[in-house]
Amino acid sequence: MFYREAGQFKSSYAADQQIFPIRQDRIGIAAILIAAFVAVPLFGNEYWFVAILIPFLIFALAALGLNILTGYAGQLSLGAAAFMAVGAYAAYNFQLRVDGIPILVSFICAGLTAAAVGIVFGLPSLRIKGFYLAVATLAAQFFIVWCLTKFPWLSNNSSSGVISAQRIIIFGHEFESAREKYLLVLCIVVLMAMMAKNMARSSIGRAWMAVRDMDVAAEVVGIRLMHTKLLAFAVSSFYCGVAGALYAFCYLGSVEPDGFSLDLSFKILFMIIVGGVGTILGSFLGAAFILLLPIFLNVTLPWIAELLHLPINGATVSHIETMVFGALIMFFLIIEPHGLARLWQIGKEKLRLWPFPH
Amino acid sequence: MSTRAIGDVILDLQNISLRFGGVKALTDISFDVREHEIRAIIGPNGAGKSSMLNVINGVYRPQEGNIVFRGEKRHNMEPHKAAEAGFARTFQNIALFKGMSVLDNLMTGRNLKMRSNFLLQALWWGPARREELEHRRKVEEVIDFLEIEHIRKTPVGRLPYGLQKRVELGRALAAEPSILLLDEPMAGMNVEEKQDMCRFILDVNDQFGTTIILIEHDMGVVMDISDRVVVLDYGRKIGDGAPDEVKNNPDVIAAYLGTQH
Amino acid sequence: MQFFIEVTIGGLLSGVMYSLVALGFVLIYKASGVFNFAQGAMVYFAALCVVGCVDKGAPLWLAVILAFIIMVLFGIATEKFVLRKLVNQPPITLFMATIGLAFFIEGAAPILWGDTVRPVDLGIVDDPIAAIMDSTGMLISTFDLAAAGIAALLVAVLALFFQKTKIGRALRAVADDHQAALSIGIPLQHIWAIVWSVAGFVALVAGLLWGARNGVQFALTFTALKALPVLILGGFTSVPGAIVGGLIIGASEKLAEIYIPPVLAGWFGGNFGGIEGWFPYVMALLFLLVRPEGLFGERHIDRV
Ligand SMILES: Nc1ncnc2c1ncn2[C@@H]1O[C@H](COP(=O)(O)OP(=O)(O)OP(=O)(O)O)[C@@H](O)[C@H]1O
Ligand SMILES: [Mg+2]
Repeated sequence: MFYREAGQFKSSYAADQQIFPIRQDRIGIAAILIAAFVAVPLFGNEYWFVAILIPFLIFALAALGLNILTGYAGQLSLGAAAFMAVGAYAAYNFQLRVDGIPILVSFICAGLTAAAVGIVFGLPSLRIKGFYLAVATLAAQFFIVWCLTKFPWLSNNSSSGVISAQRIIIFGHEFESAREKYLLVLCIVVLMAMMAKNMARSSIGRAWMAVRDMDVAAEVVGIRLMHTKLLAFAVSSFYCGVAGALYAFCYLGSVEPDGFSLDLSFKILFMIIVGGVGTILGSFLGAAFILLLPIFLNVTLPWIAELLHLPINGATVSHIETMVFGALIMFFLIIEPHGLARLWQIGKEKLRLWPFPH
Repeated sequence: MSTRAIGDVILDLQNISLRFGGVKALTDISFDVREHEIRAIIGPNGAGKSSMLNVINGVYRPQEGNIVFRGEKRHNMEPHKAAEAGFARTFQNIALFKGMSVLDNLMTGRNLKMRSNFLLQALWWGPARREELEHRRKVEEVIDFLEIEHIRKTPVGRLPYGLQKRVELGRALAAEPSILLLDEPMAGMNVEEKQDMCRFILDVNDQFGTTIILIEHDMGVVMDISDRVVVLDYGRKIGDGAPDEVKNNPDVIAAYLGTQH
Repeated sequence: MQFFIEVTIGGLLSGVMYSLVALGFVLIYKASGVFNFAQGAMVYFAALCVVGCVDKGAPLWLAVILAFIIMVLFGIATEKFVLRKLVNQPPITLFMATIGLAFFIEGAAPILWGDTVRPVDLGIVDDPIAAIMDSTGMLISTFDLAAAGIAALLVAVLALFFQKTKIGRALRAVADDHQAALSIGIPLQHIWAIVWSVAGFVALVAGLLWGARNGVQFALTFTALKALPVLILGGFTSVPGAIVGGLIIGASEKLAEIYIPPVLAGWFGGNFGGIEGWFPYVMALLFLLVRPEGLFGERHIDRV
């Protein structure tokens, strides 16, 4: 009864094309934003910021990037982490080598650098599809991490490529505490999520989905495959690049190339599968789920083991974690290929009829 | 029979041959298409009809032959160039964008005409937004024309076959094409749906003067709505002319008697 | 020159291993159109089953048979619980499901059999062959040669299986045309289960050989990743392609590892080892740009 669009007649196409056409959605989003910007900073504690909220937002951004490429444009990528690495190292180098460059400009430049690298590794997509392309992105994954390890210039000659992010100063104010960093990340992520949503509902988003669903037909309606695919690679890599920069500057503080491993790429892929391939909301839900699951298992497994008098150690917990991840992926692909985002939508539809189911 | 004035030749296919490995899909085929006419291509299964359409808008590249379009001669078309030149089409096996709504599918038909770049779109900034609305209005006209208002927001994958065919026609019409290629638009439809589809095709031809090239197995329909007919068999042209002429052509009769449908 | 030949031969022999893993991929891809990312995990799992059984006191031959039975059960279970539920889904979805399957196996296997590194003892020594060393001075390992021999034997057995048995012919028919296969009267599900079992067998052989060489450990799963460029070179559907592709990748990555880093070090200074890690992928990519259909694949134009 409360979630109803009845009575909300759209008198113009403009009203119908709002970013959130249903009033209750608008209210819900506003409430979440107010909570995120006001309530959480007021009441949140250090642990929440550092261990949960900041990584959640950063991974959601990376998942958003991968979702643009894989979910919207249908180009499977197994190398998302490598583009994060490009972003992290690029931001570091811009700060290091360009005198007086504002940090936000560094972040943008980091995104652009990642986008350029993304375009290079996207070039094969013009000739190959599907699994073949997955191999191209694996090439990116291994090659980029190798370069970052082997070319000392990129990490300012630090041993084995470890870099320590510089301080974050914006308009003379230093973002030092976890709360401040959280707010910075939040602003960037919200802005970029809005932009992603706008692209998804514009002609570029439709072009991506058209290429994903039926490339021959897309070409026949006049969509240029090359332009569309490369733009997807560029935009996706931009998002991953900015996420990587935030990962280094606002989350870990210091990173090494091996931290951006194939495992991390898979983790991001899992986020979009679980959250919902080809949805903006799904990137956030998936990131939250994949991030919270290990925490949940770490707490509950020893407890269950104790209950059953089974021996359990750290290694076993991590094996079970791997296994649960795998099982979940299969489960979602079989039961709900559109992920948590679809479940959420179904829930809303039920709510719409409630309390009169027929 | 529609009554609009048929114009000059706008599309001339000259000696087209197309092979896939050892399979000769088309052998030395020539025919022309006049402005505003409804041109049918018929023939038994595997005759090369779909291949012919694919050659016309550049999905397949013929090994030999030329395509002269509005006086400009070239060896083969490119799909997106053909789209820019005003070709739109439907496919034998529906090729809609399955993950998108009816509205979005139709909107892709207008992608070519949308000019604002992706940065403006990301910001939903003035021109991008205005453009989106303007094209939405055009698409709504097509939706009205095809009488599919009620399924506007439905994902196309959930629609029944007949409606999907109609939406695919809608996507082609949204591009305001000057030449429309239809690959078996009525296949698998019941009588009522066929009648609707016939009416739409004739209306498009009549109201917008769109030239139509159409593949169809239903002889009744072909004889009723087309101005001229090309007949293919085993990749060769065995007949070409007005429906009545073709119907009485002995080669055509032999080809049709030799195969069952 | 002699060093070059030695490196090449060493590379070719390790390429045999890649071929074996790639072969498992090809079998499944041909019969079901599924790109099985879990093939590497299956190699690891099969090898772990063998050492696990040996640990429990079984003789090697019995352990191998038990492992084979487990792989067959695994193939049937995969078909029943995963693949069957995903028929008619786009290939990318199936591919992602096999990534999930890979994770599942990688987590489950060490829980079942323990995660310490253990060797498999096949009773073949890993010494240079004296005759070759005496006559040419080159170091060629008995083990490598034996492994190549076993791989060749396996390929021959598979070829016979596909040519001569009814099931084999049915499998070939499915690969060519699903409809045709149905008319033979073997349910598609059975065919899939069988082909996954055969792939499980191939994984077992590969796991034994790799395990005997480097010990049975998690790193075995990475062989699957190396098999991807092999498939690109050889084409996804060609058995000879998998073999030749594996040999090419094996030899070229070893040669690249030896000859490229000094050149790079000459230009930039520093240490550029580890090229092996990415070289096969980049090579496969460059190759794709020239021949998207692989060495033995046929060019295919989408039908619309
Ligand atoms: N992409 C392709 N690759 C290989 N062969 C093809 C391809 N497209 C068409 N052919 C072959 O070309 C021949 C003509 O096919 P086409 O689809 O043009 O026939 P059609 O007249 O449209 O038949 P139908 O009435 O069944 O639609 C057939 O032998 C077909 O197998
Ligand atoms: Mg046809």
